[in-house]
Amino acid sequence: MITVKNMTRRFGTMAAVDEVSFDVDRGEVVVIIGPSGSGKSTLLRCLNALEEIDGGEIIIDDFIIDKRHKDIHQIRLEVGMVFQQFNLFPHLTVIENVMLAQRVVRKRSKAEARNKGMTLLAQVGLTDKIDAFPAELSGGQKQRVAIARALAMDPKIMLFDEVTSALDPEMIGEVLEVMKMLAAGGMTMMVVTHEIGFAREMADRVLFMEAGKIIESGIPSQLFDNPRQQRTRDFLGKVL
Amino acid sequence: MLNWIAEQIVLYWSIFRYLIPAVPWTVLITITSFALALILGLIISIIRIWKIPVLSFLAGVYVNVIRGVPLLVHIFFIYFGLGKYLNFDRFTAGVLAVGICYSAYLAEIFRSGLEAISHGQYEAAMSLGMTRFQTLRYVVIPQSLRIVIPPSANEFIASLKDSSLVSIIGLRELTRAGREYYSQFFTDFQTWIMVGALYLIMTLTLTRVVKYLERLFAVKGFGSRTT
Repeated sequence: MITVKNMTRRFGTMAAVDEVSFDVDRGEVVVIIGPSGSGKSTLLRCLNALEEIDGGEIIIDDFIIDKRHKDIHQIRLEVGMVFQQFNLFPHLTVIENVMLAQRVVRKRSKAEARNKGMTLLAQVGLTDKIDAFPAELSGGQKQRVAIARALAMDPKIMLFDEVTSALDPEMIGEVLEVMKMLAAGGMTMMVVTHEIGFAREMADRVLFMEAGKIIESGIPSQLFDNPRQQRTRDFLGKVL
Repeated sequence: MLNWIAEQIVLYWSIFRYLIPAVPWTVLITITSFALALILGLIISIIRIWKIPVLSFLAGVYVNVIRGVPLLVHIFFIYFGLGKYLNFDRFTAGVLAVGICYSAYLAEIFRSGLEAISHGQYEAAMSLGMTRFQTLRYVVIPQSLRIVIPPSANEFIASLKDSSLVSIIGLRELTRAGREYYSQFFTDFQTWIMVGALYLIMTLTLTRVVKYLERLFAVKGFGSRTT
């Protein structure tokens, strides 16, 4: 589904993502952990072409992104993204947030977009909030709207960039529940998170990143309980 | 005394009747030139925030050159200077001068409005597959509007007042009509009181319209930072 080969992203002379290679299979849930500044978010943003890559290539389905091919529009239709800061459109109601891109990008009719939106908002448990504005919602509700908004485009892959980091502790659970539901439904997901519990329970594979490189990769039980690399052990010692 | 008051009323009334046909010209010049300023200003502000090589630089030069030159000089340059080659009529020259001058001010207002929208909004729109133009049209501009409307409206009111400067090239708007009247009847005091009053009525009316527009574009709960 996703193949990444020697992907590099530099900021000035510093390589935020340094010759990283990995694959993600269809339906797989891959969690990326690592200290802040290790390049996790940058890696995710490259997959959605929000960051240009300086070297290597990304193949998503049949689309290639590299230094020359920049068919980013197509890639973004395949890949949905949810952000730490929600980034809902504050001038639109909840249902309008979910409908906008369906209308202007997918060219769906108003009724079709609305139907799809209602279905998705029901799935994330927000049927009663469809006419609210984002500023009237709690953080957890905003993030669930953001997930519904991304899903409305029928992405084949969902990227989650620290989606619970800006939430109050009591709201983290409701967002993780929605993500678990998605994973159970067979969605291919890449998740940058500090929620080790979620990673343990849901991940098919965990990648540990440091200084722009993937230091270690493995199934959760192996990586968390029996890390091979000293650096992984050091990091887990601090967060667990 | 009563006699004097009656005379004055008759005098003001006759000035009023003389000036009133010129008011639509002032309104027309203002609206036309401001429409031009809005379009030019929007294009220039977008060119500036999109950071298009060369073009963005030129747009910056345009803004700074236009803003740094008095409107009266613009009017003279376009009507007498450019007019030498292009043969504008007075109306076109006046509208072009006011429109171009105000486009530079509006471009700066629009730019600050567009830049006030957080980067996350662009990223969210782009990650949903929206193009740069769609992002601007459906996400950024609607949010910028409420930021941009009050200062733009101030510019509109200012441009109504500045439209009096085009009287200098003989365009018969309100100020010009005032000059005509007093040069015929030598009633300077009453004439300029009446001209001022008519401008004041127009600007006060506009101020009310602006207040209404601001309310119209306010959105419930809008203004929180993290959305």
